Amino acid sequence: MSEHKTASSGISTLNTDINIAAPDDFYEELIELHRGLSDEQSALVNAKLILLLANHIGDAAVLREAMRAAREDVA
Amino acid sequence: MKTYTNPVYLYTRPADLSGAPRHWPVIVAGAGPVGLTAAIDLAQRGIDVLVLDDDNTVSVGSRAICWSKRALEILDRLGCAERMVRKGVEWNVGRIFFRDEQVFDFNLLPESGHRRPAFINLQQYWVEQFLVERLSELPQAGLRWQNKVIGVTQQTDRVSVRVTTPDGEYTVQADWLIVADGARSPIRGMLGLESEGQVFRDRFLIADIHMKSDFPTERWFWFDPPFHRNQSALLHRQADDVWRVDFQLGWEANPEEEKKHENILPRLKAMLGDKAEFDIEWASVYTFQCRRMRSFRHGRALFVGDAAHLVSPFGARGANSGIQDVDNLVWKLELVLEELAPQSLLDSYDAERTFAADENIRATTRSTDFITPKGQTSRTFRDAVLMLAKRHPFARRLVNAGRLSVPAVLKDSSLNTLDTGSFASTTIPGAPATDAPVSGSHGNWLLDYLDQGFTLLAFGTTVPADAVTALTRAPIPVAVVQVGAPAAAGAGRIEDRDKLLAARYDAQPGTCYLFRPDEHVCARWRSFDLARVLAAVAHATGQTAIAEQEAA
Repeated sequence: MSEHKTASSGISTLNTDINIAAPDDFYEELIELHRGLSDEQSALVNAKLILLLANHIGDAAVLREAMRAAREDVA
Repeated sequence: MKTYTNPVYLYTRPADLSGAPRHWPVIVAGAGPVGLTAAIDLAQRGIDVLVLDDDNTVSVGSRAICWSKRALEILDRLGCAERMVRKGVEWNVGRIFFRDEQVFDFNLLPESGHRRPAFINLQQYWVEQFLVERLSELPQAGLRWQNKVIGVTQQTDRVSVRVTTPDGEYTVQADWLIVADGARSPIRGMLGLESEGQVFRDRFLIADIHMKSDFPTERWFWFDPPFHRNQSALLHRQADDVWRVDFQLGWEANPEEEKKHENILPRLKAMLGDKAEFDIEWASVYTFQCRRMRSFRHGRALFVGDAAHLVSPFGARGANSGIQDVDNLVWKLELVLEELAPQSLLDSYDAERTFAADENIRATTRSTDFITPKGQTSRTFRDAVLMLAKRHPFARRLVNAGRLSVPAVLKDSSLNTLDTGSFASTTIPGAPATDAPVSGSHGNWLLDYLDQGFTLLAFGTTVPADAVTALTRAPIPVAVVQVGAPAAAGAGRIEDRDKLLAARYDAQPGTCYLFRPDEHVCARWRSFDLARVLAAVAHATGQTAIAEQEAA
C-alpha cells in the first residue's frame, strides 16, 4: 500500500515514494548548491532551504512526519 | 530622574497597634499595579479592603511599559484608563533589524471601531500613581504604606496577617487575602509554596533614557546589530521623551559592572549615534524567568500577578496578565463574600488563570528561544529566518521578537455554557467581549454597557417585561441591554451605530449573549429563553456543580 495516502481517511501523509523525476540531477544540484561554502555557510543555506520547503508543504502532519523520519536512526 | 519624581506616601501609625485585631473582608498584600487594581475593583463594588505595602512610593524606574488593549478596557471599568491613555504614547509600527539592515516592518493596524488602541506605552510609576490616586477616592479602601507583612496564618474561616511598621507589630484578620507581593513574593515563601519553572541563562540591561529625538514612536528591535554584535537590542518610546533601551548581555556579563553609567554610555552612543543627546534616568540588569505556582488558590490566600506567575518581558505579558487575573478574581470573590456563590467558584479563578498563565509562559518562552538561541543550530535557524524575512513574507511570521499580549480565550472553562446554536463570531464562550461603537445613554462603546455585573445583550427581538424583571431582580442580577429594538421597562437600549456590533457577534434578531462581570462571554443563544439564561448564570457562578453534588 502506498504510504502517502491512507485510503480511509484521505489525510495526506509524507510521500516517501520516488517523487523526483530526475533524482541524479536533483542530487547534483543539491551538492552544487554548497560549492565553495564554509560549513557554517552551508548550515545556513540548509536551514533556509528547510524553511522554504516547509512553508511550501505547509501541512503540519506531513512536516511532523518528515521531522520524525529525519531524526530516525540518529541519536 | 529628571522627568519624574517619585511621590513619598505618608506612613501613619495604624490604630491596630493596640486593641483587638480588626477584621476585613479582604486584605491585599502589595501595592503594585496588580494589587492596586484589585483594591480599586473591590472598593468600587463596595467591599472594604485593606492594602498593605512595605514601601512608601511607586515603582522606581519604568519597569512595565506596554499596556494592552484588554488591560486598558479593564482599567476603564475602574475609572483609570483615560488618564493613562492621555499621558501615554500610542504606537502601531514595529521594525525588525538584522545586522546592519531593516528586514521588515509591521503595523499592528488595530481594527477600527474599538475605544482603546492595541497598546500604549507608559512608565509603570505613572500607572501606579494614577491607581493610588483613584484608590484614595474610594472610602472603602485603606492603603497603608510601610506596613510589611511578616506572617500569614490560615484558619478555616479566616486568615490572620502579622504586620510590622515603624511603630511596631500588629495582627489583622480577613476573610480573604489577595497576594500581590511580586515576583519574589515573601508571602509565598511564608506559606511554604513555590513557583516552578525555568530561568533563562542570559542577562539583559534595561535602561530609561531621556532624549529629545526625532526617532518615530515605533518599536525597534535589532538582532545582532553592528553596535552590539551577536546580541539583541530594543528601543521603545515612553511618555515625557523617555525611551526604553534593552541590551542582551549574555550570561557571563557582570550585572554590577554593566549597570554603571560609564559602561552604559558607550553602548548607547554606539546605538544612537555620537550626536544623540540623552541622560540615563534609570538602569537595571535582569534575568528572564518563566515560572508559575501550581495553583493560584491556597485556602484563603489568592495569588495574583508576578507572585503567581512570571514570564519573560518580551510580549508585555506580565502586568497585563496580572490585571486580567484581578478582573477574573474580584467578581467571584464578591459573590462568595455575599454568599451568592460557593467558595468553590474561586477554584475557577485558579483553573482559568493558570490556563492563561500557561499560554503566556508558552508564548514568552518561544520568544526568548528565538531572541536568545541556545546552541549553534538554533542560532543558524534563527538567522536563516531573519535572512528569508527580508524577501519572503512567510518568514516574517516566524520572526519572534515578542508575541504581544492578547487576552486568553477561556474556551474550555467549566463556567461556560456550551453553544447550541451555530455562530460565525470569534467572540465565543470564554472570550472577552469584543468592543464596538454603539449609541445610547451611557456611552458610545459596547463595553460601557457591560460593567454592571452579569449582562444579557439581546439583539432585535424585545425581551419581555416580566423576564427583564425576573433577571434584574434575581439574587445575582442580570442587566438586560437591548440592541436596536424597543426595551421593556428595566432594560437598557443601545443602537448599533456603525453596524459593527451585529457583525462582530454574528447576531440575528433574537440572538442573545450573556456576559460575566469580567466581560467574558459565558453563553449565547439564537433566541431568548429565561430559564436558559438563569441556568447559565447559575453555571457561571459555580452553582450547578453544587446542585449536582447535592442531587447525587
